[in-house]
Amino acid sequence: MRRLLAAGLAVLVLAGCGTAGGTTAPSTATADGGPTGTVTVFAAASLTDVFTDLGAALEDQQPGLRVQFSFAGSSALAAQLAQGAPADVFASADQAQMAVVTGAGLTEGEPAVFARNELEIAVPAGNPGGVTGLADFADPDLTLAVCAPSVPCGAAAGAVFAAAGITARPDTEEEDVRAALTKVQLGEVDAALVYATDVRAAGDAVEGIPFPESARKLNEYPICTLAAAPNPAGAQAFVDLVRSAAGQRALADAGFRTP
Amino acid sequence: MRRPGDGGVPAPLLVPAVLAVAFLVLPLVGLVVRAPWSDLGSRLVEPAVGQALRLSLVAATLATLLSLVLGVPLAWVLARSRMPGRSVLRALVTVPLVLPPVVGGVALFLVLGRQGIVGSWLYETTGYALPFTTAAVVVAETFVAMPFLVISVEGALRAADARFEDAAATLGADRWTTFRRVTLPLVAPGIAAGAVLSWARALGEFGATITFAGNFPGTTQTMPLAVYLALQSDPEAAIVLSLVLLAVSLATLLLLRDRWLGRAVTT
Repeated sequence: MRRLLAAGLAVLVLAGCGTAGGTTAPSTATADGGPTGTVTVFAAASLTDVFTDLGAALEDQQPGLRVQFSFAGSSALAAQLAQGAPADVFASADQAQMAVVTGAGLTEGEPAVFARNELEIAVPAGNPGGVTGLADFADPDLTLAVCAPSVPCGAAAGAVFAAAGITARPDTEEEDVRAALTKVQLGEVDAALVYATDVRAAGDAVEGIPFPESARKLNEYPICTLAAAPNPAGAQAFVDLVRSAAGQRALADAGFRTP
Repeated sequence: MRRPGDGGVPAPLLVPAVLAVAFLVLPLVGLVVRAPWSDLGSRLVEPAVGQALRLSLVAATLATLLSLVLGVPLAWVLARSRMPGRSVLRALVTVPLVLPPVVGGVALFLVLGRQGIVGSWLYETTGYALPFTTAAVVVAETFVAMPFLVISVEGALRAADARFEDAAATLGADRWTTFRRVTLPLVAPGIAAGAVLSWARALGEFGATITFAGNFPGTTQTMPLAVYLALQSDPEAAIVLSLVLLAVSLATLLLLRDRWLGRAVTT
């Protein structure tokens, strides 16, 4: 299924690929202007599935190009970039962590918002804890996971709890949203606060419970090429794909809101 | 008589040795140099630091005690019994030495988690769930630390002179008495060295802990977890926490070196 989607995307974006390369570093471009080599994308954990598909699509479209990913909490990635990690593209799950990278003067050009996401309650299939809404996160008898405050989903969770006037009683603060989701998939927590897109990506093992307060905190996902990118042409090609109609369609299919 | 080493270190050994020292020591120097010394005092008294440090020390000590209670008998079985399949057993129980700790954390979930093979039974009968508790931190640390103790004690047992045990047996002591009165005192330095190794390993444990026990300040957030998460939001706080951990490790090594470690290494 994923392969099929990737192939479909490749066909869709082929038409628009003339704008991607050609104007940038010749060392990473083939004779017909397409980027080659390896492009390294640092992306928020919540983008794992959809970006993996987009990377496969870009590789199908540009046979000389390899796309490799580092998925983690945006704050961990921002810290790595600040320490000089070699990457071509950074896609963050909120503006705050992108600001860390732009503030350090590491980005090339202006970051562009390519998706929005909202929180949702994830429970194991069958909802063994009987969770009904955000207020259950104050229940000390339930085993609950949220993201650590330093990562975007944790910052969003804090904002949502504050807006709803709830004092959350979580049992663990996970290092990124997918770690929180995994605890739900394993059935080890009764509920976790993750993104709506993570619930969708998890399939049948996880059920989602939307809650009205989530609309108060929509995360904006900015993407930007990096100033020290070893492969600027490849970086631009990937950013162009994410922001193209096909990329936006893939994000919408994964449950993201597109700008 | 001329002893080896008296004539100075040959250059082919000296250069790599100096590189090794630089490689191992410079990162620690870096921590000290980059530490925010001006506001170190105020950062150290933050309750979060004390909380994480206390949890780390308590959990590592409990994990070491658990390793001693279970690991010393296991080491005896490996070193002294005539049981068939001992080498397979030894390989199995030392797997956690080479296993990535995160994998250990996942494996612990599959056995002791709420949905795990043993854990689900425990949860259904008593309502107790181990993950995300301080007990889970101790379990995760014991899982990665106990093999160090087992290997160390088994080595000491093999090196110990078995004739003392034979003599005890000849004088009428049963095997349990011999173990208590003869074997244990004989290998005490080895046990101490193994306990220190286990404690140090438990203190530094990260992967299995964050996977199996989660991360919550005061309950399961040990120093290494606090360092990792602080690095993402406040690198200076991470350096302060690292300094504390470094100081604790150094103090432990210095304190115990002369008492046990030195002797254990030379026996």
